[in-house]
Amino acid sequence: MSILVNKDTKVIVQGFTGKEGSFHAEQCLAYGTNIVGGVTPNKGGQTHLDKPVFNTVADAVKTTGATVSMIFVPPAFVGDAVMEAAEAGIELAVIITEGAPVKDMQMAKAYATKHNMKTIGPNCPGVITAEECKIGIMPGMIFKKGNVGLISKSGTLTYEGANQVCNEGYGISTAVGIGGDPIIGLSYNQILPMFEADPETEAIVMIGEIGGDLEIQAAKLIKEQITKPVVAFIAGQTAPKGKTMGHAGAIVSGSAGTAKEKMEALEAAGVKVVISPAEIGKAIAEVLANK
Amino acid sequence: MNVHEYQAKQIFAKYGVPTPKGIMVESVADAVKAAEELGGPVWVVKAQIHAGGRGLGGGVKLAKSLEEVEQLANEILGMTLVTHQTTAEGKLVQKLYIEEGADIQSELYLSVVLDRKLEMPLIMASTEGGMNIEDVAANTPEKIITVPVDPTIGFQGFHGRELAFGLGLTDKDEQKNIINFAKKLYTLYMDNDAEMIEINPLVKTGKGEFIALDGKMGFDNSALGRHPEIAAMRDLSEEDPDEVEAAKYGLSYVALDGEIGCMVNGAGLAMGTMDTINYMGGTPANFLDVGGSANAETVAKGFEIILKNPKVKAIFVNIFGGIVRCDRIANGILEATKITDVNVPVIVRLDGTNAPEAAEILKNANIKNIIVGNDLGDGAAKAVAAAKGE
Repeated sequence: MSILVNKDTKVIVQGFTGKEGSFHAEQCLAYGTNIVGGVTPNKGGQTHLDKPVFNTVADAVKTTGATVSMIFVPPAFVGDAVMEAAEAGIELAVIITEGAPVKDMQMAKAYATKHNMKTIGPNCPGVITAEECKIGIMPGMIFKKGNVGLISKSGTLTYEGANQVCNEGYGISTAVGIGGDPIIGLSYNQILPMFEADPETEAIVMIGEIGGDLEIQAAKLIKEQITKPVVAFIAGQTAPKGKTMGHAGAIVSGSAGTAKEKMEALEAAGVKVVISPAEIGKAIAEVLANK
Repeated sequence: MNVHEYQAKQIFAKYGVPTPKGIMVESVADAVKAAEELGGPVWVVKAQIHAGGRGLGGGVKLAKSLEEVEQLANEILGMTLVTHQTTAEGKLVQKLYIEEGADIQSELYLSVVLDRKLEMPLIMASTEGGMNIEDVAANTPEKIITVPVDPTIGFQGFHGRELAFGLGLTDKDEQKNIINFAKKLYTLYMDNDAEMIEINPLVKTGKGEFIALDGKMGFDNSALGRHPEIAAMRDLSEEDPDEVEAAKYGLSYVALDGEIGCMVNGAGLAMGTMDTINYMGGTPANFLDVGGSANAETVAKGFEIILKNPKVKAIFVNIFGGIVRCDRIANGILEATKITDVNVPVIVRLDGTNAPEAAEILKNANIKNIIVGNDLGDGAAKAVAAAKGE
């Protein structure tokens, strides 16, 4: 078991033949991901990385039965690509592209929701079920199979957290990078219950950052619904007010969205909050040993 | 990206959103000429900087004669304005907006922002205009009306009615006027991929019309590519020169007050690195995300920008390679030591893609000043120790 994706998941790639799409699709294939084809307009009928290319997502879904799409199209075309996937009956779109206009994502997410399509991202490392299926750009070799679920807004902190968990002798069930943009798809409050229900997952690492209030909402949900131990880190305790820290969504305005506020809310919900990301691995070892 | 008040008002005017007439000037002589052109009897002389609270800081003043316009322009142009939204050093005023006076019956507040929870634009309005809206929200939250607008249906009549009734407007002409005003504002917000529009104060005149007395606008950087006319409004003199320089090389840089320069890949890890330094008893000198396409040139540039800050006593390079390949970063560090005189200890922690190759490169180069960090905690601890001269 795992959440969202596994070795049987059939995946297509939108933006398959582009530079980024090609490079990462090849890496995913090497990891064992069941990529069944890809979409690039006007290249339908060709073969790329030994997989069929289609002109439209509808064609790809009809022929391959794919349920998940990994999206690598350029930023200006992300909204269009997400809506195309939703229309074609894709169940989960993983949007890797960075820099999609926020307005486009508002429209695309509303449309995806209407079609019951889940989305992850944009501007995220993707999702990986260790040693089964990698849909995204994370370095696969650090994710060893295990019983810790991981959710993170940040790509590199996902790697950092997973690496520490594995160095402590544990492993990862599924890791989801949800992205740091102002508008994102699946978030803590959708993914935490999935980990709670997943028999393979025994503890959860949650990595957040300044800006917005998703972590505050998560604290509320954890208190009410999550029985598995959660270790959390919130990045940006030392970030100055009013400045965007790399991620478009990572900005503290007034007192809302500060790291302190989020850390306190999580602590009050019974989460083990670490002050430095260097402590994630040790904290997981501790909570699992006490179980 | 933010624009000046005069630029926001140019955009307002294009959409028929009423504003007082005004002219942007950069010299005292032009200020007087502008006032003559606008005609009296009163004018407002307004400093143009990218920060709110200009009035309280002494950057917005009323003139009742051309002599007074000249005197005020002289006073404000070239002054360093400190407001609650600027840094303690303040901002140099290089542009003025000379505006005609307005017939003010009452001052309201109107804004459009993205509501991240609802994932749609939100119109906010209040009868308490002219004040700091954060204070209104804190002290009298019932005086703020919020109307979310689902972009898939756009601004409908009911949105307008909620707004008009919420503001307590009973006169039918006034209701119609505010609804039209808000509808135009929503349209220009969407058309231009704005991140926020704030009008404070929004003025109701004696005739029951509404005028944008102030105008603040910010835009979604990711959408500037499809709005060249807005991208052209960017005023680089309002931005931190180091941040601008860094951005040219794909680096995201924010200066801080501490002693340990940071070079990290990924925004989250960059913040986490700052937090770890702080946790270990050190102080971060900057936020720097080298991005996904880091190479020798960008890393060298990063060193150059970090080292410009005389307070920096050590540099912590913390890379967890996913897309970024560690060997490229290692080569970048070697390159940087050739181009720039790196005269402080550099603590390097490289993990992830091609980390063993990177370790080999650094070992073979055998450069003094380079200290290897084994993991995030170890690297941060060594950086803190190095900055303290230990």
